[in-house]
Amino acid sequence: MAREKSSKDNAQALFHSLRSAYAATPVNLKIIDLYVGFAVFTALIQVVYMATVGSFPFNSFLSGVLSCVGTAVLAVCLRIQVNKEFKDLPPERAFADFVLCNLVLHLVIMNFLG
Amino acid sequence: MAAPETSTAAVPTLHTNNTVRNAFGGVLSFFILLLIGVLAFSIRLFSVIKYESVIHEFDPYFNYRVTQFLTKKGIYDFWNWFDDRTWYPLGRVIGGTVYPGLTLTAGTIWWLLNSLNIPLSVETVCVFTAPIFSAFASWATYLLTKEVKGAGAGLTAAVLLAMVPSYISRSVAGSYDNEAVAIFALIFTFYLYIKTLNTGSLFYATLNSIAYFYMVCSWGGYTFIINLIPMHVLLCIVTGRYSSRLYIAYAPLVVLGTLLAALVPVVGFNAVMTSEHFASFLVFIIIHVVAFVYYIKGILSPKMFKVAVTLVVSVGLAVCCAVIAVLIALVASSPTKGWSGRSLSLLDPTYASKYIPIIASVSEHQPPTWPSYFMDINVLAFLVPAGIIACFLPLTDASSFVVLYIATSVYFSGVMVRLMLVLAPAACITSGIALSEAFDALTGSIKFQLPGVSTDAEVDAGETSSDTTEAQNDEVKAEKPEETSKDRRSKKSKKKEREHVERPSAKAKVKTKAEKKRLLALPLEASAVSLLLLIVLGAFYVVHCVWAAAEAYSAPSIVLTSRSRDGLHVFDDFREAYSWLRHNTDVDDKVASWWDYGYQTTAMANRTVIVDNNTWNNTHIATVGTAMSSPEKAAWEIFHSLDVKYVLVVFGGLVGYPSDDINKFLWMVRIGGGVFPHIKEPDYLRDGQYRIDSQATPTMLNCLMYKLSYYRFVETDGKAYDKVRRTEIGKKYFKLTHFEEVFTTHHWMVRIYKLKAPKNRIRGKTKKSKSKTSSSSSSKTSGTKKKNPWH
Repeated sequence: MAREKSSKDNAQALFHSLRSAYAATPVNLKIIDLYVGFAVFTALIQVVYMATVGSFPFNSFLSGVLSCVGTAVLAVCLRIQVNKEFKDLPPERAFADFVLCNLVLHLVIMNFLG
Repeated sequence: MAAPETSTAAVPTLHTNNTVRNAFGGVLSFFILLLIGVLAFSIRLFSVIKYESVIHEFDPYFNYRVTQFLTKKGIYDFWNWFDDRTWYPLGRVIGGTVYPGLTLTAGTIWWLLNSLNIPLSVETVCVFTAPIFSAFASWATYLLTKEVKGAGAGLTAAVLLAMVPSYISRSVAGSYDNEAVAIFALIFTFYLYIKTLNTGSLFYATLNSIAYFYMVCSWGGYTFIINLIPMHVLLCIVTGRYSSRLYIAYAPLVVLGTLLAALVPVVGFNAVMTSEHFASFLVFIIIHVVAFVYYIKGILSPKMFKVAVTLVVSVGLAVCCAVIAVLIALVASSPTKGWSGRSLSLLDPTYASKYIPIIASVSEHQPPTWPSYFMDINVLAFLVPAGIIACFLPLTDASSFVVLYIATSVYFSGVMVRLMLVLAPAACITSGIALSEAFDALTGSIKFQLPGVSTDAEVDAGETSSDTTEAQNDEVKAEKPEETSKDRRSKKSKKKEREHVERPSAKAKVKTKAEKKRLLALPLEASAVSLLLLIVLGAFYVVHCVWAAAEAYSAPSIVLTSRSRDGLHVFDDFREAYSWLRHNTDVDDKVASWWDYGYQTTAMANRTVIVDNNTWNNTHIATVGTAMSSPEKAAWEIFHSLDVKYVLVVFGGLVGYPSDDINKFLWMVRIGGGVFPHIKEPDYLRDGQYRIDSQATPTMLNCLMYKLSYYRFVETDGKAYDKVRRTEIGKKYFKLTHFEEVFTTHHWMVRIYKLKAPKNRIRGKTKKSKSKTSSSSSSKTSGTKKKNPWH
């Protein structure tokens, strides 16, 4: 009983600390996080759709899901590079790399979409 | 730096000296790289000089034919090409079953040259593609090793790769096969991966994915990359080397790489459905989990983090188990657990001989012998362990990748001799690292002990070298060098001086460092002698590589030569036979032969074949194998049902050519027997021994292969002595009933037979009726015994 209560307390304390720590992140990083969440959500919708309707044509499904996952991954990479850890990398360079990689990704997606 | 006052005065001149030395080093390494490229190109030209500019072997002829089609018809027709001139009557979808990288590369080069009005023929471009790409591969090795250890190691590795016999064997001028461009793509992809890992730049990650796409286009061995890189990522995570650069290096590669791999028609949906790729997805999930954990760890306090861990572990474990159970059920439901036959035979070396005799029958798929290691990578076999140790001093992400690469490639090369080719770049990289470290140590010791040269600036130079010296004292004596060592030595010592001059150090520190170094440096004479020995052994390596390139690996195998007292004999029988077929048969005639010669027949004779080297349909090959193992009438029936007009056999008994069809015959029996159970291998063996002399079994003496090979052979020397099997043959005088000989080449190496047309009327055959069936069948059998209806 006491253990359960303390674990519940722990969970609440954890949740609070997470929330406060996250609220402290800069706004531009939060925007990127929002974008990542949106991309993952879109991918999940596509998977659910495929589960209900069937996987034909498979290449369209694959390109749709992988484009969502790909943009999520690239946005995470951008977030990593813009963060204070990479001191000597100018954020403009990080963003330019991000745009280039997205360009290549979407070129491939357009080709594979069918 | 002895004292601050002198150092501030000395630094500007030292600085300009170092800039000049840097510039000199840069120019020197540029010229060395250029020379390495020229060396890699020229060492592969022996076959062009000794024979002619011709395409070698069997597989390159198929690639050549596809390239011809591409240059003639254009890329859209090439993508949609359905080839009806092979695997008659099935045909083959070329667009969907060929790795297009090589043909597209050669086609692009040809188109580029032609648009510049340099009229090279397609054949010339095809023949010289491999040497050009081997030059690129050695430059890529330089870049890769430079990322791992430094420019000196890079140059050493590049020159080793330019000459290593294993790579030469698959990339001589004329060996127009997938590996010619695939090895360059492999090394370049690894270089870009290591570069991304070292810099953390998304730009290089994009380039890495594009290079991986080029590798997928070129060779089936791309599965090696997509399994090695996840393994390395896992290794880095497990050894605590996770960093955000690792995430940037790996995650975009998986997504983009899978998409790009799915774009290539021959891979298609296999990129997400076969077990070869599952490792990459698994590690993709793992790296996301690890990244998330690190992120949470970064924003929480340690106490809260512990709470989070306990919470997550309890919940996450249940979810994990469920997911893994589902995955395992999915994978286990397929009989091969999702792996293709070729990959399974790599993981379990005994798999092919038990289940897929065709894969087991290819000589390239046999395990290598110990001497072949020394033949193929020579001196590097001794240097690799030293290089592995050097990779651990210090251990970086890049050097751990090199260690993993060499370990896995050594295992796979032990399974299949063809994969010695994947071992070659790894061996060159590690040996290059070992050699350059050895040179560092030895030259540092020499420099330290030269009188009047050792200033305090060199003290630091000696110090780092002595650290490595201590670790490599034992390996020094056993290591070997090469010719351009002098240039490299001076360049490296200059580079080190520059590094150490700029490093600040206090006076007191210098004193203890100097003492420590004095204890660790090797004696002057020992260093000089070791240096000399390394250079001599490098000379041995070079001599062996040039010999291997000239004598062992430059035979085009479509033209054979032999030396005798009378001079040089040239055996050009294959091309003689193919051009006979080309000029003396109809365009639509079908030719049956064993699958080895299919590609050459379609490319050079331009006739439709039944089976060829692609070996995708085992039953079709078994049909041809059964026909070759059956008596004449049964074989005639089989071939007639396939619309075959001509049968081609290769026979080496007159001249002693050992790779002829009689030597391959047991494989025909095995493969045919695997599908048609009435063909049993023991029927063809006398007491377990394969013989064709008078002691051979009657089944053997009556089979089609025996008859077609030895028909009229007794007319050559009166005794019918087979020079390959070294006996006289069993049945010497016989006539062919269902086939007629139409062409035999000059040295009897290729023999072409035509199927006789069925007779209009068969003597002795009566109307079919129930009461008379027994009498008619008995009269028919007696008819065939006494009067042969086919004559």
